[in-house]
Amino acid sequence: MATPTPTFVRTEMLGPQEPPISQSGAVKWLRENLFSTPLNSLLTLLGLAFAYLVLRTVVPWAWNGVWSASSLGECRQIIAETLGPDSHAACWAVIGERWQQFIFGFYPLDLYWRPVLAFGLLFCALGPILYFGQSGNNLRIVGASGLLTLGALLGVRHFVAKANPPSDAILSDNPMVLVIAVVIFALLGVVAKLRPQKLVWFSILYPLIGFYLLWGGSVWAPIGTLVGFVILALVWYGLQRQVGVVVAGGAGLVTAAVWWIWVQSAVTDKLNNAIPLGLLYERSDQFGGFLLAFVIGVAAISASLPIGILLALGRRSDMFLIKTLSVGFIEFVRGVPLITMLFVASLLLQYFLPPQTNFDLILRVIILVTLFSAAYIAEVIRGGLAALPRGQYEAADALGLDYWQAQRLIIMPQALKISIPGIVSSFIGLFKDTTLVALVGLADPLQGITKIVRADINWKGIYWEPYLFVGLIFFAVCFSMSRYSMYLERKLKRDHR
Amino acid sequence: MKKSVFLGTLAASALMAGFASAGTLDDVKARGELICGSNTGLTGFGAPDANNNWTGFDVDLCRAIGAAVLGDPSKVKFVPTTGETRFTALASGEVDLLVRNSTWTYSRDTDLKLDFVGVNYYDGQGFMVKKDLGILSAKELDGATVCIQTGTTTELNLADFFKSNNISYTPVTVADDAEAQRQYMAGACDAFTTDASGLAATRATLPDPDSHIILPEIISKEPLGPVVRHGDNQWGDVVRWTLNALLTAEEKGVTKANAEEMASSSTDPEVRRLLGVEGDMGAMTGLDKDAFKRAIMANGNYGEIFAANIGESTPIGLARGLNELWTNGGLQYSPPFR
Amino acid sequence: MAYVADAPKENFRLSMLIYDTRYRSITIQVIVLILALLFVGWLADNTIKNLAAKDKDINFSFLWNRAGYDIGQQLIPYTNDSTHSRAAVVGLLNTLVVAFFGCIFATILGVFAGVLRLSNNWIVSRIMTVYVETFRNVPLLLWIILSFTILSEVTPPPNAFRVTDEMIASGQAPAASMLLNESVAITNRGSDIPWPLLERPLGGADMAGVPINYAVVVSLLLLAASFYVARRNSQRARKTQEETGERPVVWWQNLLVVVLPVAAFLAWRGFHLEYPELKGFNFRGGLSIAHSFTALLIALSLYTGAFIAEAVRAGILAISKGQTEAAYALGIRPGRTMRLVVLPQALRVIIPPLISQYLNLTKNTTLGMAISYLDLKGTLGGITLNQTGRELECMMLMMAIYLILSLIISSLMNAFNASVKLKER
Repeated sequence: MATPTPTFVRTEMLGPQEPPISQSGAVKWLRENLFSTPLNSLLTLLGLAFAYLVLRTVVPWAWNGVWSASSLGECRQIIAETLGPDSHAACWAVIGERWQQFIFGFYPLDLYWRPVLAFGLLFCALGPILYFGQSGNNLRIVGASGLLTLGALLGVRHFVAKANPPSDAILSDNPMVLVIAVVIFALLGVVAKLRPQKLVWFSILYPLIGFYLLWGGSVWAPIGTLVGFVILALVWYGLQRQVGVVVAGGAGLVTAAVWWIWVQSAVTDKLNNAIPLGLLYERSDQFGGFLLAFVIGVAAISASLPIGILLALGRRSDMFLIKTLSVGFIEFVRGVPLITMLFVASLLLQYFLPPQTNFDLILRVIILVTLFSAAYIAEVIRGGLAALPRGQYEAADALGLDYWQAQRLIIMPQALKISIPGIVSSFIGLFKDTTLVALVGLADPLQGITKIVRADINWKGIYWEPYLFVGLIFFAVCFSMSRYSMYLERKLKRDHR
Repeated sequence: MKKSVFLGTLAASALMAGFASAGTLDDVKARGELICGSNTGLTGFGAPDANNNWTGFDVDLCRAIGAAVLGDPSKVKFVPTTGETRFTALASGEVDLLVRNSTWTYSRDTDLKLDFVGVNYYDGQGFMVKKDLGILSAKELDGATVCIQTGTTTELNLADFFKSNNISYTPVTVADDAEAQRQYMAGACDAFTTDASGLAATRATLPDPDSHIILPEIISKEPLGPVVRHGDNQWGDVVRWTLNALLTAEEKGVTKANAEEMASSSTDPEVRRLLGVEGDMGAMTGLDKDAFKRAIMANGNYGEIFAANIGESTPIGLARGLNELWTNGGLQYSPPFR
Repeated sequence: MAYVADAPKENFRLSMLIYDTRYRSITIQVIVLILALLFVGWLADNTIKNLAAKDKDINFSFLWNRAGYDIGQQLIPYTNDSTHSRAAVVGLLNTLVVAFFGCIFATILGVFAGVLRLSNNWIVSRIMTVYVETFRNVPLLLWIILSFTILSEVTPPPNAFRVTDEMIASGQAPAASMLLNESVAITNRGSDIPWPLLERPLGGADMAGVPINYAVVVSLLLLAASFYVARRNSQRARKTQEETGERPVVWWQNLLVVVLPVAAFLAWRGFHLEYPELKGFNFRGGLSIAHSFTALLIALSLYTGAFIAEAVRAGILAISKGQTEAAYALGIRPGRTMRLVVLPQALRVIIPPLISQYLNLTKNTTLGMAISYLDLKGTLGGITLNQTGRELECMMLMMAIYLILSLIISSLMNAFNASVKLKER
């Protein structure tokens, strides 16, 4: 007996229905994210109106800009012809004609490969610091920066070839440059693949390499400087077991100073006469634009790291005098504006140094900016030290490590790791602050170069375009660095508690 | 990046550290390069162009001095200085001389321990206003807003002018020339005051130059000239007489093109002395006898330098005015080469 | 180090200065002290030699010479006949006033932006993110220049306000008009706002060059007295509430007590507002605020506000989510949750970075020199230095003043921080 199927029972399932229109898709998103409350709706409308107002004025102005003209007057004429009189549009032609000064300052055209190569190698040197001993990451960094550098070198070469008459003999060595760059990056890549730990030596040597690439001169000068550091390391290593780290370090520094001040120049001069080897010497007054900003920023931050570490340790030291001196220095530097430090470099240093000493303004500025950033780095590292749990110190004591061993093996590796985001943001701040050097007469990209461009009668009266160009580059550099530091912060986070 | 880049740089620069001794001339010769303190960029007077070459009226004087001392006008290095840093840079020996539109005043010459060795441009402070303002004299500017660059003698002159005429004004201080121009164009100030040469250069680059006028009053004397350190008389003589040589050359019709020819053909004894054919004028200041000829041949005589950089044929279009030779009713007057 | 006391008592040997950790720290400190003294001595010696070589001296008497230049914005009377020291004080006051308002505005802006960045409203949170990131990643100098430029480009020149007879005849309106019932004029030179004046002023005195207006003093004294009375009144009300459980309504009494005496005093002396009027080239009367001040204030507030927003956001995120959920469970609405529960707790995290932002803002006021805002750097470290050539004295004085300023701000803020800190028992 077949049971009759009740008519009110469904035999098959209904297909799922679309959710109500207010609960799905764009409408739902709009409701939840933009118009959830009256206040929110109001804010949304205000925000949209604001965005519209800004974009309405800026976009046509920038979009209709003139890209090829030889003077502001010509720009104005072209704009008046194409868009009608009384219309406004950007004159990007000034960037097209002067971009190289914004980037490289007054560096000789045919030597642009040197800053480009130095910049590319900077990333290879940073790799081992961020990813010590990691083959894959380092290889990626070397590869990427190598490719980009080669691309930039080709681009620069193309530009120089266009700017110079083809008969110019200087161009003949340029293919060599490409070959050398390929070789260097290939070598670095091989080391990164096989012995990633060894790559840290490249980072240690990089300051000298970068310095040499940018300034040039005899190859023996940086080698002589390097010998000084080797002497320092040897003396320190030889003495530290007997007399302790600090005294040995002091003795090493004294010997190295003796070498640098009295011996080095005699030796390197002889070597230079015997084997004259080197690149064309470039004076620092040819540095300008973003090249100058990067030189000051990178040199000051890397030089201030060791000073900052010592200051941070000094501030946490038990020794009253050391602590007082460190605190005094840090608070003094943090208490005065950077501008006054720059004016000290340009106006007062001549009073404080022995009579008749004279070295160029960029070096003086770098020294003062280094002292300035050392105080900030010291505070960042102090934060890192404070964040370490006490257990780490106690564990180091329990293992019988002395102060410096504990610092070197236990404390610093962890504290520095925690401090990396802080150091990066210090660098961003410093990099932005390099724009202030214009106030002591150096050619920074924002004001110095812009002023020089405006002094040209063809471009006198141009206003927004250079500022926007420079501002965009600053934004791109600083934004990517800050994003990277946020990523690092997340990655390096270890829960200590 | 443990090691510091600047230690290396310091060590390297210790080699190059210049030890300025008493004689700047000897230093320059030993260095093989003249270091000239210049402006950070002033239209027509000194700025690097797109190819990084410095050009301008002041720059050409430096090049002439470089040619006289070192025999090569290209062996001149230009160090940009700001209003605040210029005299310190000179006093500390960072630059050998300053050719940077600096006004010769009593206190600068004495209190700051500097020496102004001549005047290469007679300037004066003026006012520019929009024509539709209907003003014809600076004395009608009562209550006006005036754009003025800070850190120069201009603001002192302005204060003195309004005070002595018993009228009031509101200063709008601006950081540089470009800013002043923009403010003036936007109408943020009724009048823009700076040296008349700067006004002319600014006016020439405005979108509609004819709707702006430069008022007839010149309210100050601004003798602009090269500056050297006090107490180095030999070096002061070199700079002073190179400038005078350029003036004498114009007076006598010696130009860049014909200097070589004049040296052999001229019968005028002063021209012959100037170009080193007769007597040994160069040796008296520690130079060689062709020194002034080379200075003239670097960029031409005073008139040629003027015409090439700021003269009426350039977009800046300055008239010679006070800077005409004394023979043509101007103030430029060189003592005799004798 | 605990067993140091038990160490065998040895006779002191010279080598222990290096090898024995008990004495080594003393040795090191002595060496450092000697080196530091030597270094300072070396600097001083160099300075003396250099000064002698340049035939100069350290002499602050130039501060009492006539300055000769004008300053656009002056909080205390100053003319070009005043001394350089007075110019420096005028500059210092200009620094302080922009730093003071800057800190206030940056804090307000930063708190709003930080809170709104976490808002559920997609557009608002994105706009705030864009704001924070653009301002944090572009040099402050550019923002100062840009805000100054924008201010003077988008506002009308004073003559746009002019109404001529022909315009009245033809019924034409002027190109620009004043805001807020004809009381505020924003031109491309500055903002002109009304300024309170008395018809029958009480006169004033001059204390060390700073003018004291008796009317202001009397008003302030009256206000102080009124507030004291109002407070006593509130205390009485609270007492009544504690005793009887019913709180008497006192707010209108308090309002009267506070407002009436001052209002009566001002009315008696003929209080009125002086409105700016277009006369000649410019607006006259009222208070004129130059755009260099406004632009510097805006740029500093926006820039520092972006950094404060980050600190605020971090502070809010540091508060456990349980707090918010607990507040919601109690039925408190989101806005009040933020205001009453989250922000007060986040404040403790926010204050330390806030201190350093205030310090940065104060130091960054020196960048006003890019738009010629005559602050301390512009007067003492700018024009005075340039006119007198006394770079050593000017720079030393300036650094000392900034240092003192920073120390005062940080100690004030640290005291505040200590007072709101969680009292752990």
